[in-house]
Amino acid sequence: MREFINWMADPIRSFPVVCVLFFLMMKYYRIVGTKKFLYLALAFIIPTAIWFGSDPNFFTILILPDNIPIIILLVLVGYLQWFTLYKSAENDKRIEAGLCPIEGLPENREKVWCWPNLVYTELFCIIAATCFLVVWAIIFKAPLEEPANPTWAPNPAKAPWYFLGLQEMLVYFDPWMAGVVLPGVVVVGLIAIPYIDTNPKGNGYFTIMERPLAMWGFLFGWLVLWIYLIIVGTFLRGPNWTFYGPFEYWDYHKVVAEYNVNLSEFLWIKGLNTSMPQNMFLREILGIVVSLGYVFVLPPMMAASKFGKGMIEKIGNMRYYILVMLFLLMMSLPIKMVLRWLFSLKYIVALPELELNL
Amino acid sequence: MSATRKHLNRREFFSYLTVAWVAFGAACAGMASLAFRFSYPNVNFEPEMEFLAGTPDMYEEGVDERYKNGFGVWMVKQEGKLFALSNICTHLGCIPNWLPAELKFKCPCHGSGYYTSGINFEGPAPRPLERYKINLTAEGKIKVDKTKLYRYEKGQWDNPNAFLSV
Repeated sequence: MREFINWMADPIRSFPVVCVLFFLMMKYYRIVGTKKFLYLALAFIIPTAIWFGSDPNFFTILILPDNIPIIILLVLVGYLQWFTLYKSAENDKRIEAGLCPIEGLPENREKVWCWPNLVYTELFCIIAATCFLVVWAIIFKAPLEEPANPTWAPNPAKAPWYFLGLQEMLVYFDPWMAGVVLPGVVVVGLIAIPYIDTNPKGNGYFTIMERPLAMWGFLFGWLVLWIYLIIVGTFLRGPNWTFYGPFEYWDYHKVVAEYNVNLSEFLWIKGLNTSMPQNMFLREILGIVVSLGYVFVLPPMMAASKFGKGMIEKIGNMRYYILVMLFLLMMSLPIKMVLRWLFSLKYIVALPELELNL
Repeated sequence: MSATRKHLNRREFFSYLTVAWVAFGAACAGMASLAFRFSYPNVNFEPEMEFLAGTPDMYEEGVDERYKNGFGVWMVKQEGKLFALSNICTHLGCIPNWLPAELKFKCPCHGSGYYTSGINFEGPAPRPLERYKINLTAEGKIKVDKTKLYRYEKGQWDNPNAFLSV
């Protein structure tokens, strides 16, 4: 059983599993979003968590001071996700029956003063959070290591826990892409949401039925591409950033056969059986064409489809193209990861001469 | 009250304004120069950019880690060539480790792997490790100059300064 879990936890297998679980959760949110399901899930998760923790090896990883926030995060994200589905399922049932959402009932629309209602709540939250942090700082000591040395790095060298998803992303991308462009697009995209999404539905109440695209798209990026990657980066990446299953000892000498190949090598050496052309742009021509096609041909093609036409009618050309670009950039991450796992593909466009790799 | 109050005339107002702006500008410039000074510390704990790395007969075939912790350089002797390999990963600038059992350099940050020669073969590293300028002094000592880099993808490893024939 433990061997099987170790084997399954490898991102090659766990990523599709997580995607399928996400799909099932969103598809059958009316079943997931019930109290009965929550109790059943807890009855399953708590013994499983205890069983995982009973492994001395995994336990030492769990109680690393750096990893405790992630455990708290998992609990919170799990609960809040269920809560969203629960509220959405409740509201969607009412909306189907022609009623207003629960948040729209007269007793929930009562207005109160910001002072003192909100300000007091905020004050208590500030005090509680400060107490929590003080207690935490007393209980879990920050690890004291040797003086910094520019010619030595700890092994594994891990980012702060909230950036571990980003660090896991960097394994599949050029530093420029995963370190600057994609996080920048994430931030800009999140800022842009209120300007792109002008649909008033779902404002102030939970619903999935009325906003399927927004809910699916956002939750996929959040749960699968951010939270899941944080879990992988925290618990499943050991020395040398090699993958280790949850029940596997972090052996420094674990050897993983891995040899990554650029798309240009696939084309010229394996495909056409010739040597690589000298000109770097000719060498990478396939990758360049594919990348440009992905960015410039796909959006108009999607716009011409029935779905795209409906979207443009609703939100206009400008918003449509920004939305599609953001969506394509988000999807480039899982696409690249799957290509890496299936074909050991390193870069689609590899121009190290120009520090440009995609 | 208003009759006794001294009014600022236009000329006085501008002279005060000028003094205020000059003072503000001077304060900003002072802060900026302090910040600039701060980026050039009195004592620098970074490794020296130029150092003497013994004599060529000191080195066995393979990777030598003697100057790694002090200067951030692996001395590698391979196929009759001795070269000074940078220990900075070309992916995001972490410090890889030399794994003698697997005969490879492996970066602990994102798992990039390099052969003994410095050529990248696994993980996300986009290009091989860089080599530093290496030459012999008049006394027959090896001098490594880290200010001059030689990059494989630009065909610079064949440069006579990038290696020593031993």
